[in-house]
Amino acid sequence: MSETTDGLAFGSLALALLGGALRVSTPFLFVSLGECITEKSGRINLGLEGTLVLGAMGGYGVSLLTGSPWLGVLAAGLCGVLMGLLHGGLCSLPKVNDIAVGIALMLFGTGLAFFLGKPLIQPQAPMLPSVELGAWSDDEQIRSALRINVLLPVGLALAGLLHWAFRASRWGLALRLVGDNAAAARALGYPVVPIRIGATAAGGFLAGVGGAFLSLYYPGSWNEGLSSGQGLMAVALVIFARWNPLRCALAALLFGAAGALGPALQSQGITAGYYLFNAAPYVLTLALMAASWTPGQTLAGAPGELSFTQR
Amino acid sequence: MDALTHTLLAADVQDRGAAVEAYRVTKRFGALTALDEVSLKVEAGSFHCLLGENGAGKSTLVKCLVGYHPPEEGSFLVDGREQAIRSPRDAQRLRIGMVYQHFTLAPGMTVAENLLLARGDLPLRIDWRREKAALAAFLASTPFRLDLNARVADLAAGEKQKLEILKQLYLGQRLLILDEPTSVLTPAEADEVLGLLHGMTRDGRLTVMMITHKFREVSAYGDSVTVLRRGKLAGSGKVGELTTQDMAEMMVGSAVFVATAPRRRAADPERKTGEIRLAVDRLCADNDRGMPAVRELDLVVRAGEIVGIAGVAGNGQKELIEVLLGQRSARGGALRVDGETYGATRAELRRHGVFSLPEEPLRNACVPTMSVAENMGLRDFDIAPFSGGWLSLRFLRRGALTRRAKEWIEAFGVRPPDPSAAIENLSGGNVQRAVLARELSGAVRLLIVANPVFGLDFAATEAIHRRLDQARNDGAAILLVSEDLDELLELSDRILVMSEGRIAHQVLAGYVDVAEIGRHMAGGAGHGTGH
Ligand SMILES: Nc1ncnc2c1ncn2[C@@H]1O[C@H](COP(=O)(O)OP(=O)(O)OP(=O)(O)O)[C@@H](O)[C@H]1O
Ligand SMILES: [Mg+2]
Repeated sequence: MSETTDGLAFGSLALALLGGALRVSTPFLFVSLGECITEKSGRINLGLEGTLVLGAMGGYGVSLLTGSPWLGVLAAGLCGVLMGLLHGGLCSLPKVNDIAVGIALMLFGTGLAFFLGKPLIQPQAPMLPSVELGAWSDDEQIRSALRINVLLPVGLALAGLLHWAFRASRWGLALRLVGDNAAAARALGYPVVPIRIGATAAGGFLAGVGGAFLSLYYPGSWNEGLSSGQGLMAVALVIFARWNPLRCALAALLFGAAGALGPALQSQGITAGYYLFNAAPYVLTLALMAASWTPGQTLAGAPGELSFTQR
Repeated sequence: MDALTHTLLAADVQDRGAAVEAYRVTKRFGALTALDEVSLKVEAGSFHCLLGENGAGKSTLVKCLVGYHPPEEGSFLVDGREQAIRSPRDAQRLRIGMVYQHFTLAPGMTVAENLLLARGDLPLRIDWRREKAALAAFLASTPFRLDLNARVADLAAGEKQKLEILKQLYLGQRLLILDEPTSVLTPAEADEVLGLLHGMTRDGRLTVMMITHKFREVSAYGDSVTVLRRGKLAGSGKVGELTTQDMAEMMVGSAVFVATAPRRRAADPERKTGEIRLAVDRLCADNDRGMPAVRELDLVVRAGEIVGIAGVAGNGQKELIEVLLGQRSARGGALRVDGETYGATRAELRRHGVFSLPEEPLRNACVPTMSVAENMGLRDFDIAPFSGGWLSLRFLRRGALTRRAKEWIEAFGVRPPDPSAAIENLSGGNVQRAVLARELSGAVRLLIVANPVFGLDFAATEAIHRRLDQARNDGAAILLVSEDLDELLELSDRILVMSEGRIAHQVLAGYVDVAEIGRHMAGGAGHGTGH
């Protein structure tokens, strides 16, 4: 008797975690894929947290003005492109450090979003529609867990596409070359600076789209506490995923599940340590970073031009 | 070689090697004029050698020619027609290719990816199966053997050099420029590579322009030479009409003596050596990838002897040196200097008089962005007379550092003679000299040296060998790791052969059998060396 209830509880916990992973992971996924593109070109953009928040604000505003959430997503992406161009452009000036610029842009992006987003806190903008993957089931719990946003499959497909492109497309190879050895790229006649700026802009676009997901789907409103550092954690996630887009996708799902741990346990009636469990993604970040680092070894797969891999 | 020539012939029947001329080329770096109205002429299908002392401007000249940094004044003529070469793309269009002095491969990518990226006209979507088959076919037509799927970071230096040359052959260049291509190769590998390229020039298919410090290669393969001295044209001529002596004099600008045979006879086996300075006991260490590189290695270096370590690069020499210098931690075993446990701390280095010249000194022994004077002071900037004064707060005395740097620059012939220049802007050979000045000027009791004359011109090579010899005669214990067997034979009192992280063979200088050493280097100790 008690065994079946235990089984039931466990099943619904797993389901809640799965639902959470599918819901929460999308911004992680987009930001980390964006960061992956940028880092493959040899630069780190720590400003994606700011891009994420600015994208959330811009996307929400445009959705409110035009009535189309998809135009909102596009606008969020364009906000990201602008931020990316700013980062890429600044870092191309002599003696400018990409990490410092990233931190500045993180503060700039969030600050700008809060400033421009003041009038957006009250009104309700049209939201992105969801897809019912669980329509076959009568179980409400399953249906709610499998209710996802179109952006998730788009992001997963993008991960596959990037994985292929890094290996077998002209752009992917050129990008990796520039990120691996800039001097060699220059000697072979590849335009290093434009490729890096382009990669940072593309990364910004994806981070912006990730922001639109936050404001237009889940949690689905605009306020100043919208992002809880997803943009920063996504950077760590890229390192953990060893600059591989497929592993980025897996890691994003894992982080999503970790983020859903607190609410899922609460829905099971376990309220003790709610805030502790909410910290799961951050603890996971630290634990994974510590575990994936081996003393005396250089990070396998790290682009050679990244400022922290250079000796 | 024939097969290669044939594929290239089939690819484009019309192609001949390019004729190239430089006319009054001037290149400045800030106040420094690296090239001053230099002109040179390379005939189609010839094997041209470019000579000059360290810092003469050889690399700068060829970098101008391939558009890496375009010159301020002057022009280039290809096949008699003036061409504006403003970027590597322009050079590529004219099918001028260069193998740089420093590797220009992407270490994180595979051999196949590196070859393909060099081609420049990649399709948007790459059909790897077809490309790999084509690359394999190309590779099979050359005498080089490389794994297309290997990551470049995992290749040995010699293999990387082969890949660099393969890359240019793959592009079907008409003019191939090589910047000290053989400095990382064993003599046999060098002969193989240069022989192949020489053959291609004999067919008129290729023009080769090679920068080198080795007169042997010039007389074996060169048709004509151009000599630079301090940024100016010092002379040129046909190889057959110039003696080694003539070329050396053009390089330094005055009469010199060039040793053609090894100066030192083999060391006297009865020579008395002193007490044990360095004892390595069952040392184990891992490489960057966590694989064992040094395996239970034992060795001893005594006062007043040079112990040479021979071996093919990548057999643990690099890791051994890094452990001895404190750059890498050992996984097992013990190090003792003067009988005391040694952990390569600054205090221990000072107490025991341990000095070193690691390979790639710019990376391993310098702070690239700091000045020459500061780099020269890295060993002792924190002790008197270079720091001190008021309340014993140990202020840095820049004046003293600069004064000493000036003396060393003078004594070791570092160019440009400017103590405030950032050391990363010095030519490869001059970085080497600056570091040597720092390491050889103190009271040396134990000296650890790796490839000390890598990329140095003949005069500097002579000078450094003399200094090592002198240090040994003054009672220093010297551990010398070198990929150049001739250098080891010339300097060492004892030669150890290192293979797969162990000492595979040991021989006293008087009893060396080169073939035997070669066999142990190849790892075929005793049985079946089968070539
Ligand atoms: N990027 C640079 N900035 C400033 N100075 C430079 C730069 N590149 C070269 N130089 C200077 O130009 C001079 C010529 O250097 P170059 O590298 O051409 O010498 P080299 O003849 O190739 O010498 P080596 O035999 O040591 O390679 C040197 O004095 C060097 O310090
Ligand atoms: Mg040079």
